[in-house]
Amino acid sequence: MPEAICTSRAAIVDRIRAANRSVDAALCSAEYGSIAREYQQSSSMYRATVLAAFEERLREYGACVYRTASAGLPAKIGEVFVAHGQRSVVAADDFPRRWLPEGFRWQTEAGVDTEALNRTEGAVVTCEVAIAHTGTIILKGVRRLTLLPDRLCCVVQENQIVETVPEAIDRMQSFATDALTFISGPSATADIEMTRISGVHGPRVLDVVIVLSQRD
Amino acid sequence: MKISLFITCYNDTLFPETGKSVVRLLERLGHQVYFPFEQTCCGQMHYNTGYQTEARPLMRRFVEIFKDAEVVCVPSSSCVAMMRDHYAKMAEETGDAGLMKAVDGLLPRILELSELLVNKLGVEDVGAYYPHRVTYHASCHSLRSLHLDDLPLRLLRNVRGIDLVELDGIDQCCGFGGTFAIKNGDVSAAMLAEKLRCVENTRAEVCTAVDNSCLMHIFGGLHRQRAGIKTVHLAEILASTEAESSS
Amino acid sequence: MSIRVGDAAEAPSFQKAAFALIDDTQLRENVRHATDVITRKRAQVVAEQHDWQELRSAASAIKAHTLRYLDQYLLQFEAACTAAGGQVHWAADADEANCIILGLIQQYGAKEIIKVKTMTSDEIGLNKALEANGICPHETDLADMIIQLGRDKPSHIVVPALHKNRQQVREIFMRAMGLKELGDRPEDLTNAARRYLRDKFLKVKIGISGANFLIAETGGVCVVESEGNGRMCLTLPDVLITVAGIEKVIPSFRDLGVFLQLLPRSATGERMNPYNSLWTGVHKAEGPQQFHVVLLDNGRTGILADQEARQTLYCIRCGACLNTCPVYRQTGGHAYGSIYAGPIGAILTPQLFDMQHAQSLPYASSLCGACYEVCPVKINIPEVLIHLRGRVVRERQSGASPEAIGMKIMSRVFSSRRSFEAAQRLGWIGQWPFVSEGWIKYLPGMLGSWTAVRDLRPLPRQTFRNWWREREKGNNDA
Repeated sequence: MPEAICTSRAAIVDRIRAANRSVDAALCSAEYGSIAREYQQSSSMYRATVLAAFEERLREYGACVYRTASAGLPAKIGEVFVAHGQRSVVAADDFPRRWLPEGFRWQTEAGVDTEALNRTEGAVVTCEVAIAHTGTIILKGVRRLTLLPDRLCCVVQENQIVETVPEAIDRMQSFATDALTFISGPSATADIEMTRISGVHGPRVLDVVIVLSQRD
Repeated sequence: MKISLFITCYNDTLFPETGKSVVRLLERLGHQVYFPFEQTCCGQMHYNTGYQTEARPLMRRFVEIFKDAEVVCVPSSSCVAMMRDHYAKMAEETGDAGLMKAVDGLLPRILELSELLVNKLGVEDVGAYYPHRVTYHASCHSLRSLHLDDLPLRLLRNVRGIDLVELDGIDQCCGFGGTFAIKNGDVSAAMLAEKLRCVENTRAEVCTAVDNSCLMHIFGGLHRQRAGIKTVHLAEILASTEAESSS
Repeated sequence: MSIRVGDAAEAPSFQKAAFALIDDTQLRENVRHATDVITRKRAQVVAEQHDWQELRSAASAIKAHTLRYLDQYLLQFEAACTAAGGQVHWAADADEANCIILGLIQQYGAKEIIKVKTMTSDEIGLNKALEANGICPHETDLADMIIQLGRDKPSHIVVPALHKNRQQVREIFMRAMGLKELGDRPEDLTNAARRYLRDKFLKVKIGISGANFLIAETGGVCVVESEGNGRMCLTLPDVLITVAGIEKVIPSFRDLGVFLQLLPRSATGERMNPYNSLWTGVHKAEGPQQFHVVLLDNGRTGILADQEARQTLYCIRCGACLNTCPVYRQTGGHAYGSIYAGPIGAILTPQLFDMQHAQSLPYASSLCGACYEVCPVKINIPEVLIHLRGRVVRERQSGASPEAIGMKIMSRVFSSRRSFEAAQRLGWIGQWPFVSEGWIKYLPGMLGSWTAVRDLRPLPRQTFRNWWREREKGNNDA
C-alpha cells in the first residue's frame, strides 16, 4: 500500500489558522450547536398522506409502485418479474429468502461476479429508509447489484418511509459510515438540449414494492 | 410633511423634468418640499466601480447635508439602494462613531418616491391622469435591494386613463449597470436588445420605471431604432393631471 | 506556488471574449433555451419547498461557521477517513495535486483512468498532466465526454455542454466513436454513450472523482449525480482517488439534511437528483479497496484570509447563479475564460489568483443581484464583486489610466456645490460639438460604447436646481 505522499498539510493548516486569528478555537462546538435551524425537521403529515406522497413521487419519475400486505409479498414480487418477462434474479445477500417467489431462478449477490452481474436480468433488494417528499430509497451496500443490472426491484416496508430528508438523515445516523446510495429516479441526463433522457447508466427500470404495516 | 428632496446628480443634470414632477406631485398632495443646494452625488458610480475611497467623502457630505431632514425623498431606487446597502459599512470603515450614528439615524428617513407615497404618506391614488398605453420595467435595485414589490404598479393602476400593459421579463436586468454599459458595452447592448424586444411586444407608447438610469439606457436604444416608444419616469406620470394633459 | 484555474490565466478579457461570442447565434439560442428550462424548473421546486428560506439561512450559517473552524474540521475529516481505511493527502496548489495523483496512478501501474465529473480536476488541469505522462483519462459524464471528444471547453458548471445542440453532439460522437450511423434524438445519443462507456467501467482499475461534501464528523464523502457514471466510477475500480477543494467539508452528517435539499433543487430543478453516493474510507464487502482523498488549497486559503470575500467559499457548485444571470444568458460560459463561469466564476476565478489574473471578470456584471437571490448558501455576490473591483483599482490598476483620471475628476466635481454646478455648465457648453439634429449620436473614446448602440439626449438647458432657484426667486418676488 503506497504511503500517504508527504504533502503541504502543515502549510495549509497554518494558512487557515492565520486567516482565522480572531476566532477562539475552543468555541467551535458551542458555535456549531447555536446555528439556527428553522427548516422542517420532523413530519407534518398523517402517515397515510406520507405513503401516498411517496407513491406519487415514485410514479412521477417512472417507477412502478406495488402495494402488498406482508403475506402477499412473494406473489407480488413474482408479479413484478412476470410483468418484465423476467425469469431469474440476483438477490442481495441479506434479502430474506422467504420473500422470493417460486418459479424463478435466483442467486445471491455473493455468488455473482461483476461480469455476470452486468448480464443479469434484474436485482431485488431491501432498503434502509425511504423519503416521501423526494421519492427516495436509501440502500446500504449492494452498490454493484443496484447499478449493473438493467432492472431493480426494491422492497420497502411502510414503516421505513419518512416524510422529509432531515428525518431520513436522522434515521441513518446509526449506520452513517456504511456505503450508502440514495436512489430518487432512474439515471438521467439533460445534457443534450436540456431534454431529460433516462437510463444512461444504472437501472432503467425501477419497481418498488411497498409492504403495508399491519393494521389492527 | 416637510420633505427634503435628494434629486440625484444625474436627474438634476439630465432629467430635471423628473424633479419638477416630484415637486409638483408632493405639493399637490399638500406637502412642503425642500431642496438643499449643497447636494451633489450619493457616490454610487464611484463605489460600484471600485473607487470606494473616493466614494467615502461623498457619503459623508450626503449625511451632513440631510442629517436633520424629517424625510428625504429620492426619485431613484439605485441611489437609495446605494445608501441602504453600503452607507453603514462605509461609515464603519471610517471608524468615526459620530458618522456611524448619523448614518444609522438617517437611513430610515430616506425613501424612494413610491415608498414615500405608499408607505409613508399612505396614498396610492395621487389623482393623476395619463391617457396612454404604458408598460412598467422593474429596475433591479427597486426589486432586489429595496423590495418595492408592486408599489409602483399600485400607484400606476390608480392613474386615470392609463392603459397598463404587463412587460414580459419585467424583472430581467436592462443591461445598464452604471459603468457596465461603458466597460462591457457589447453585453450591455445584447441585454438591452432583449429588453427592447419585450418592450416593443407590449405595443406600449411609454415605458416607465422608478429609475432614469434604466430609462436613459432603454430610451437610448428605442430612439436609435426609431421605435416610436418613449420612456417617462414614474414621477412624471404621477404628476400628470387632466388640467395639463399632454403627450 | 503555482495556482492554476484551468486556462484562466491566459484567457482574453471578458470584454474581448464576449464580443466574439455575441455573434454566435446558435450559442445564444442554446444558452437562452437551457437557462430558461432550468430556471423554470428551479422556480417550481423552490416554490413548493415551504422552508426554502430557512434552509438557505441554515446552510449559509453552517458554511460561515465551517470556514471559521476550517482547520479543525479538515483535521477531523482526515482522522475519521484514515481510521476507516482511507488515505488523505494535502495539496497546496495545482502542481502538487497533479503530482500526488500521478504518483498514485503510477504506483498502481495503470495507464488509463475513468473520471466522474469534477470541476476541481479541470481547475488543476489534471487531464493535461496525466496525458503528458502517458496516462489516458476517460471522462464518463455525458457532457464532459461531449466536451472531451469534441476537444472543447465546458461552458457551464452543471450542464457543461449546454452550448451544443443535438446535431453537434451527433457529429462529435460519430467521429470519436467511429460510428457509421447514429440518430440525432437525445435517446440515440445517450444509448451510444451507454454502450461506449460500459466497456470502460468494467475494465479500468482506477477511478478519479470529486466530492460534493466531505463530512468531518464521520470521514464520509458524498457525491451527487444524475447519470450513474459516478456510481460506476466510485464502485467498480480497485482504486479510487477523490480530489476536493478544502471548502467542501461540512461539520456533520446531520448537515447533509440541509445541503441535500438545497443542491438538487438549485442545480437541476429537482426535488432530489437520481443518485447520491455516500461512502467512508474503504468498505470490505465491495468497492475500491484503496481510497485516497486529495485536499486542495490552490488559492482557497488566500480567499479565506479576505474576511469580506471569504463567503465565496460557501459555494456548493449548483450553477443556479449562472442560470439566472442576464449577462451569462447573452454570452455563455466561455466568455469568462474559466471553468468557473457566471457570477460565481467572476468572483472565484480572480480570487484564486489573488487578483493577478482574470481582473476583467469582476466587471462582467451589471450588479443586478439576481444571483444573490437564488444562491442557496446566500453568497452576496454583488457585494463581493464590488469589493473585488475595489481590489483591482487599488492593487492592479494604474492611477494614470483614463478611467482613474476620469473618476478622480468626477469626485472633485461632486465634492462641492460650486464645482458641481460649474461642471453642469461646462457639460452643457461642451456638448455642442456632439449634438446634431437635437441628439448626441456619437461620443469619442470610452464613452463611445454608449453611442455605439444608443442615442443620447443632450443636457437640458436648465438643470433642476436652476429651475428651483428661479422658482424660489419668483416666489420671493411675488
